[in-house]
Amino acid sequence: MSFLSLLARNRLALVGLIVMGFVVLLALVTPLLPLADPDVTNTGNRFLKPFSEGTLLGTDHLGRDLLSRLLWGTRLSLAVGFAAAVIAAVLGAAVGIVAGYYGGRVDNLIMRGVDMLMAFPYILLALAIVAALGPGLLNALIAVAAVNIPFFARNIRGITVGIAHKEFVDAAKLAGMRDARIIVSEVLPNVIPVIVIAMSTTVGWMILETAGLSFLGLGSQPPQADLGSMLGEARSALITNPHTSVVPGVMILIIVMAINLLGDGVRDALDPRLRSGALTRPMAATTVRRKGPVPVPEGENVLDLRGLETQFHVKDRIYRAVGGVSWGVKPGECLGIIGESGSGKSVTALSVMGLVASPPGVITGGAVHYKGEDLVGAPYERLRSLRGREVAYIFQDPLATLHPLYKVGDQLVEAIRVHHHVSDKEARAKALGLLKDVRIPNAESRLENYPHEMSGGMRQRVGIAMALANDPEVIIADEPTTALDVTVQAQILSLLDTLRREKGLAIVFITHDFGVVAQLCDRVAVMYAGRIVEEGPTQMVLDAPAHPYTRRLIACVPELGEGKRELHAIPGLPPAVNDLPPGCAFAPRCDKATEACRQGEIALEAHGPRKLRCLFPETELEAAQ
Amino acid sequence: MSIALKLDALSKTFVVGKQLFGPPKGRVHAVHPVTLEVPEGETLGIVGESGCGKSTLARMLVGLLEPSGGSIEIAGKPLDNADPAVFGKRIQYVFQDPISSLNPRKTVRQIMEAPLKRLHGMDKAQRDRRISEIFAQVNLREEFLDRYPHEFSGGQAQRIGIARALAAEARILILDEPVSALDVSVQAQVLNLLAELKQRLGLTYLFISHDLAVVEAVSDRVAVLYFGSVVEVGKAEDVFSNPRHPYTKLLAESAPVVGRALTAPEGRETELPDPLNPPKGCAFRARCPYAGERCGDEVPQLSGDGHQAACFYPLR
Amino acid sequence: MGSYILKRLVSAIPVLLGITVIVFAIMALIPGDPATAILGSYATPENVEKLNRDLGLDKPAVQRYFIWLSNMVQGDFGRSFSLNRPVLDEVLDRFGATLVLAGTSFVLCSLIGVAAGVVSAARQYGFADKAITFVVLLGISIPSFFLGMMMILIFAVQLRWFPASGMWPIYGDRNLLVLLDHLLMPALALAVVATGVVARLSRSAMLEVLRQDYIRTARAKGVPERGVIWRHALRAAMVSIIPVLGIQAGFVLSGAVYIEMVFQWPGVGRMLVDAILKRDILLVQGGVVFVAACYVLFNIVVDVAQSLLDPRIKT
Repeated sequence: MSFLSLLARNRLALVGLIVMGFVVLLALVTPLLPLADPDVTNTGNRFLKPFSEGTLLGTDHLGRDLLSRLLWGTRLSLAVGFAAAVIAAVLGAAVGIVAGYYGGRVDNLIMRGVDMLMAFPYILLALAIVAALGPGLLNALIAVAAVNIPFFARNIRGITVGIAHKEFVDAAKLAGMRDARIIVSEVLPNVIPVIVIAMSTTVGWMILETAGLSFLGLGSQPPQADLGSMLGEARSALITNPHTSVVPGVMILIIVMAINLLGDGVRDALDPRLRSGALTRPMAATTVRRKGPVPVPEGENVLDLRGLETQFHVKDRIYRAVGGVSWGVKPGECLGIIGESGSGKSVTALSVMGLVASPPGVITGGAVHYKGEDLVGAPYERLRSLRGREVAYIFQDPLATLHPLYKVGDQLVEAIRVHHHVSDKEARAKALGLLKDVRIPNAESRLENYPHEMSGGMRQRVGIAMALANDPEVIIADEPTTALDVTVQAQILSLLDTLRREKGLAIVFITHDFGVVAQLCDRVAVMYAGRIVEEGPTQMVLDAPAHPYTRRLIACVPELGEGKRELHAIPGLPPAVNDLPPGCAFAPRCDKATEACRQGEIALEAHGPRKLRCLFPETELEAAQ
Repeated sequence: MSIALKLDALSKTFVVGKQLFGPPKGRVHAVHPVTLEVPEGETLGIVGESGCGKSTLARMLVGLLEPSGGSIEIAGKPLDNADPAVFGKRIQYVFQDPISSLNPRKTVRQIMEAPLKRLHGMDKAQRDRRISEIFAQVNLREEFLDRYPHEFSGGQAQRIGIARALAAEARILILDEPVSALDVSVQAQVLNLLAELKQRLGLTYLFISHDLAVVEAVSDRVAVLYFGSVVEVGKAEDVFSNPRHPYTKLLAESAPVVGRALTAPEGRETELPDPLNPPKGCAFRARCPYAGERCGDEVPQLSGDGHQAACFYPLR
Repeated sequence: MGSYILKRLVSAIPVLLGITVIVFAIMALIPGDPATAILGSYATPENVEKLNRDLGLDKPAVQRYFIWLSNMVQGDFGRSFSLNRPVLDEVLDRFGATLVLAGTSFVLCSLIGVAAGVVSAARQYGFADKAITFVVLLGISIPSFFLGMMMILIFAVQLRWFPASGMWPIYGDRNLLVLLDHLLMPALALAVVATGVVARLSRSAMLEVLRQDYIRTARAKGVPERGVIWRHALRAAMVSIIPVLGIQAGFVLSGAVYIEMVFQWPGVGRMLVDAILKRDILLVQGGVVFVAACYVLFNIVVDVAQSLLDPRIKT
């Protein structure tokens, strides 16, 4: 996708581009146009109104043709503004890159200086420079460029520090490159987009600033005029002859607005986060666009998913993250959902309470029944009242999932008080009890801690306490131990196991680790490419996996205690969920696949206590029901 | 057998809270003096939890971090990275995050050419030939060469990272959590590839990971790191099945294993010691069920032959 | 907390010194002989020499700097030759007016800007967002001095709602209402650009925060959306908004120079411009150092506010 076509797609930026192109063109051809001399005074014709004879925009207080002065002034203002932006960007970026790449004392010294310059309200510095060099357009340019260098330097330094610590810079060092070459060939290409963004969003500002200095009489000196000095000269006749002020003022507004529109477009086109739509705000609940019938729940499940489909709509692509998933948990049961990244296990879990980020997420089919009530498409207020009270979540990385600026005690209290009208004191007492429930030592003092003051294991205990705050029926744990060390993981798992037995909780446990599933879960469902391929009692599935994917996934994980050996890898990669093959999604990687596997839908069929989506099971199963 | 890598009392101390005037607020001993030897052709696994200093150790070995004390010898010669064009040919590094170890603004070809050009001064034709050779070795298609890193999955990107390390033709590779960012089904592919390359090219590996099972599956010997020190070192098949240091035992018992009931030592202090304010004596003492009086006074040193443990009361 | 404030105050000393060095160095760049510049090219050599001696310009630069500095520390900023009164007296007289103007604008831009940004982000791509985005774009594109002139034309000349210029009427009472009457237009004109910048930044900071995992946690707890936006998201977004407010304070102070010119506001900015045009160097130096020092102190307040908000900052 080229930069220009991205830019053109943004309609406002296109308007900016066209306006700017027109203004620049006008400025370029000004010397060729049949205009009156901008500096020739004719006091007899002073203050002619616009559209008077012989002059389109009228004349100023010295009888000079305003149109001519406007075009020549625009030319000057543009040139000075761009020059200032380029000078500030180049020098600022150079300083910023050197400081950011070398770090340490060099960085310290340079940034102290930059801080010093930024300690001035910028115009004071500009005024001081102009005061020293004397009024004049060139000096105004120097002043505006100089005061903007620190802004560029600080911005670019920040970016460079980030890049200099990236592993590819280390790799370049080991590939035999020296610092100067690394800066030019590794760092610079990654910084240039940022420089361009910073420049395109500040050119307008620079034009305003130089115009401002001219307005004060410190920039361009008569008779030469830029837009700012035209405004400055017209000020005394503001009340009697406003057109002399309005003409240059509106021109500045048009130019700066066009540049700002264009600058925003450039930023949007160059910023990968904006390009991928990652800067959109997730709504309070996932969008639901359900087609087809609402399936009916099965058995005595407290939480029951039937045919759930969740998709991500990104531009014109559709990612079928969850492609018709059904499972249920009974009270007190623990269901494990296992799969690799991209298998849709987390999206399934988040869909339950409408927590999939939307946009781009959309629930397009199926049902989620909680105690018989369908939650897909339920009103937001209903969903909210169930969240945390009936169905609670434990998330993966407890540092990212706890609010960094609130004490853990306050976060627990909030969890209680959004659902129960209790006093702060009562809630606090309950919070203390929760921390004790999850075996946090010195619970009283821990209430006053911020998340960053706790270790990963302690934070995850807080996460569990928060999930337990309203005695929910179901807890959905989304890889709760993946970010933790093994010794801590073992403790958290055993804590969860104890709690669920004590409180009769239903747990849905999402993980990629068979060892964890084996130790904790009653039943397990294996997901691949957005669907369940196999489900059954944990022991049965692990002892005799029926789906080739399950068998081979178990085989390729090394297990402790088997010594050095070759691993049984699965060749190939999981398919992209926006481009799924027909038939079995695992067929391209499966050594048993036949033509039949690649055609048509293969159903998830029940075989006694187990379910399987495969034509050629790995093991003998009861006949399909 | 000659020694590929020799660390003698290698240590690293970070100064934290530098102040303009006066002494720094504290020092963190990220790596306590470590002495290790890796014979040529061996895979030494280094295992430890987060914050144990394993990445700091690895970065020192490839000259990306200046040691605070001790020495490193690579193939008999002291580490000298004054000239990057020479140093890169002696030892290479494979990074944990395969995507961020590739410059997003360069094609794979440009990435592959850098070491060939800078380290070996090859001309265009030689480079193309060599790249084909290496890509064949790591099972990558040559059509990938003109693509950018973001177009690849983690497993493919890690193969590219390995290919780049091979291009330097160093005999020693430091593998820093090379598969922990990858999905299990892809993990096995990369681990097998690494094993095959080692066999074929006669490489020496230092394999760093937090995953005990992975380390055990690929290593000849294993060193267990805790709080910046090596607490146990021995043959891979012995270390976890027959641990001698209580920490190793805890690690081995914590790893989730199919068919073993959940057992977690509750009640004992579970936190790592404060690195700014380390305890006297053995760092594991507070978590150790076997700790005796001596553990609080003295720092245990590695002892024993073959299978060594830094413990006053080693398990049998 | 007290020790943190003290620490920040101490760390401001080198910055303040740096400011004086920079100002002095820039002024030392003045080409030619300042005395000639002041007195004009027809001055007699004796007069030039006398003025040079009075200004201390016959001494080496370093010595001159330290004399200037030590005098300033004792409250002596020198004497303005164009106004023929002590620089500090003049600056103090003028600074109050600037503080009223810039302070009002700063409060306006912070409140309106943050609120607009939050609403804009919460209603991303909705009507409110589009309307705010457009107004903001207009706001950051219009030169404040032009906006001020148009406001005078419309609200003072045409509609006669507000006085066109000055801080106080020439005759009549000086009370708060009269001040507000005079203040409203210039304060608004000055606040517009900064409000736009703050609104933009608040919007993007909010969008950034709303994608974070802890917002999902808040929703998973069942926190109502209003609480998610204003309690969880805004609090976190303020961490990146507050430093911007600190920078905007500098921009408001800067913009005040133009607005003071347009509205004949008797502030320090107009004084500086006049001083530059008259080449009254001591007045420029003194004014710049004084205002910059106040800005440095203000930024300490901003840092303290930031540390109160964010417990991760070590105090």
